[in-house]
Amino acid sequence: MFDFADLVEQIDKTNKTNLKVEALEKFFSSASDEDKVWAIALFSSKRPKRSVKTSDLRVYAAEIAEIPLWLFEESYHIVGDLAETIALLVPESKQSIEPPTLTQLIGEIKDLKKLDEVKQKAYLTNRWSHLNYYSKFVFNKLITGGFRIGVSQKLMTKSIANVTGIDQDTIAYQIMGDWDPEETTYNQLILSPSKEDFIYKPYPFYLANPLDQDLRKLGSCSEWVYENKWDGIRAQLIKRNNEIMIWSRGEELISKQFPELIEMGKFLSNGTVIDGEILPFKNGKIGSFNDLQKRLGRKNVGKTTLENNPVILKAYDLLESNDLDIRNLKYIDRRKPLKKLVLFLNNEKLQLSEYYIFNNWNDVEEAHSQSRINKSEGLMIKNINAFYKVGRKKGDWWKWKVDPLTIDAVLTYAMRGHGRRANLFTDYTFALWKTNDNGDRELVTFAKAYSGLTDKEFKKVDSFIKKNTLERFGPVRSVQPKLVFEIAFEGIANSSRHKSGVAVRFPRILRWRQDKTIKDANSINDLKSLIHE
Amino acid sequence: MKKPLLVFNQNGIYCPIAKIYMDAWRPVDKVIISHAHADHSKNGHKHYLTHPNSVPIVKHRLGNINIESKEWGEKFTINGVQFSLHPAGHIIGSSQVRVEYKGDVWVYSGDYKRENDGISTPFEPVKCNTFITECTFGLPAFNWEKQEIVINEINDFWEECKSNHQTAVIFAYSLGKAQRLIANLNLDIGKIYTHGAVENLNEVIRSYKNLPKTYRVTRETKKEDLIGNLVIAPPSTHGSSWLKKMVPYVTSSSSGWMTFRGARRRRAIDRGFVLSDHVDWKDLIQTIKDTEAKNIVCTHGYKNIFSKYLNENGYNSFIENTPFEEEEITGNNV
Repeated sequence: MFDFADLVEQIDKTNKTNLKVEALEKFFSSASDEDKVWAIALFSSKRPKRSVKTSDLRVYAAEIAEIPLWLFEESYHIVGDLAETIALLVPESKQSIEPPTLTQLIGEIKDLKKLDEVKQKAYLTNRWSHLNYYSKFVFNKLITGGFRIGVSQKLMTKSIANVTGIDQDTIAYQIMGDWDPEETTYNQLILSPSKEDFIYKPYPFYLANPLDQDLRKLGSCSEWVYENKWDGIRAQLIKRNNEIMIWSRGEELISKQFPELIEMGKFLSNGTVIDGEILPFKNGKIGSFNDLQKRLGRKNVGKTTLENNPVILKAYDLLESNDLDIRNLKYIDRRKPLKKLVLFLNNEKLQLSEYYIFNNWNDVEEAHSQSRINKSEGLMIKNINAFYKVGRKKGDWWKWKVDPLTIDAVLTYAMRGHGRRANLFTDYTFALWKTNDNGDRELVTFAKAYSGLTDKEFKKVDSFIKKNTLERFGPVRSVQPKLVFEIAFEGIANSSRHKSGVAVRFPRILRWRQDKTIKDANSINDLKSLIHE
Repeated sequence: MKKPLLVFNQNGIYCPIAKIYMDAWRPVDKVIISHAHADHSKNGHKHYLTHPNSVPIVKHRLGNINIESKEWGEKFTINGVQFSLHPAGHIIGSSQVRVEYKGDVWVYSGDYKRENDGISTPFEPVKCNTFITECTFGLPAFNWEKQEIVINEINDFWEECKSNHQTAVIFAYSLGKAQRLIANLNLDIGKIYTHGAVENLNEVIRSYKNLPKTYRVTRETKKEDLIGNLVIAPPSTHGSSWLKKMVPYVTSSSSGWMTFRGARRRRAIDRGFVLSDHVDWKDLIQTIKDTEAKNIVCTHGYKNIFSKYLNENGYNSFIENTPFEEEEITGNNV
């Protein structure tokens, strides 16, 4: 018997990709079909609905572990993962009982919602006390949701491909979209899917690699075309069987958030799939990502929001035309029908992402340097002969971003990280100088950043934080303002929601400025001077 | 209130009446050393006192120093203050320090663990009024398995590597953990090879304590010699060119921090074994009960959390800062 908990344990016990694939293959060739379907769902970030409040879960776990709740919370901040904390704190079972299957556990967890608190607690106590460490960990993960355990979707599709003999790209396509693990079977999903199942699926997105070499090594300049790299939401607009849907690159159905694009889609013919970028577009100009955020995270978009924050779809590829999957046509051969389609539709909500042709590399560099003026993040470099591939494949699509904007800021707050950074202070808040009404300079928070330092640097900063803590607020510590970091970010915009009055996009640490003291750090005004309309 | 018998000052843990320090972190005249780990036995003191099992190691590390030794339980008096050393079970020679003056008894634990590891003399609880305890692993998330179980896991791991024609590499602190592994692993599986830093200490320890045979990895060692065998190396060799010549190898680490999945992943090692030379949560609490102390001073580790817990449970507890091992994983004291 090699069940899902065994799989998680095996994956956890190695740092080597081939051993992870081996464990996945073992699972996909021996588990029950229903467990396989659930495993695919979990590794593709489809999780069962949460049926117990995590606050309740903490209370139950603390009681069973016979520790005060505050001690449970402290432990959680240090362990950095709720499922793991509970698995460590509730006493280990010495009895061995037949472990429940993945599907059985998920079924039980789903039914928990209907139980009252007393019965919920009784159920959890019983399960916790009869599971070994890894089963307990998996069980808790199923309850708390989120299953990031070092298995990428790519690793999973590879393993299924090895076991079934089905092409990996085909599997990647089959598991796209909004399927429900309770409604489908392994046979239907993987082994012999029916044609109808694909009607509601987007195609797997083709992703570019960052340009990691000298431009001139790409060969002849004329074998490539150049597009702006737009900073919006990558999405596929699909029309099939008179239904229109929009899928984001994160595989979320976002049709409801963009009703005007659905409206526009009505004019398309059936069997059309456009790949493009949803961009904020007010007064005939491309806005900042900040504007787009107002459209996200809402169930339905009201009239005012629609009027104040209009969007367009910048189309850069055509994947399906007249019911035909045309991903295997060359880039330029896909672009011709795309251009025709956009011209024919003549709808202000659908615009073509134009491509440029250059005859020498200097012109490419010149275009790259103009990116910010074009409201783009850089250039996309696409081979004119490239097919539309599956996932991130190197060679034919490159993204060449402009250098980020940077500013020197002071570390003021820190929090412990999660996952591989558990128990290390790696999540930082940064501040910039501002002159207040009394004419004094004070530090004002402007951004949070989690990445950009090496493990060694994180260790040093972690040690600094522990020795220079001013105050503790639960998991957060205020820190003696002493360290200066250069913070990089992609975009910048005015924002009334932020204390600093400015919102920055993708902030991260570029380097630790050990040569600077906090007096040398930049001010909010310096930051604002980077905004250009 | 009575004046405290021991105080924490900028130099170390100090007995003002006897004018002697314990594990001083800055150079002082007289110091009692709890154990031979570098952060507890610093260079530059004028006079050292420690257990005989620590003497050769401290001398090996610090050279020709002025050092005397006292057996466990042997009482000695300085300016009316009575001192004695008692086994702490952390590493070979590690001692608690008992200090008594006019009926007031303090014990400084140094680093300690409760399980008999087969190489350090096992911990003995000492009754006292005030107990100065480490709490490196003072969180209920830490619960050690019995050594036998963990050693079996490591043996299994070694066998598995052997059957795959790989070298099993285990990272362990050169002093303490390394010898604990050597003394307990199953040598029927194969040979134990050691990094020079480990073997140098093995040689010192062999002068007064039996240790199974180990083999030093040298320039002449071929990677074919290593396959199927086990290599013990300090954590700092992870990712070094020294290690790379051992391919194909599988890496592992043995420490209390291996409890956390995140800590294992951060180190980019294949396997983590939870084997610690410090007390876990349940043993911390048991030890405090056993000492019958009412006053508990918490030093390095999760001292804030543990001290709060003790205060809620009827003890008079407070924290003191030391430069030993800040709170976490950052140091090499495993």
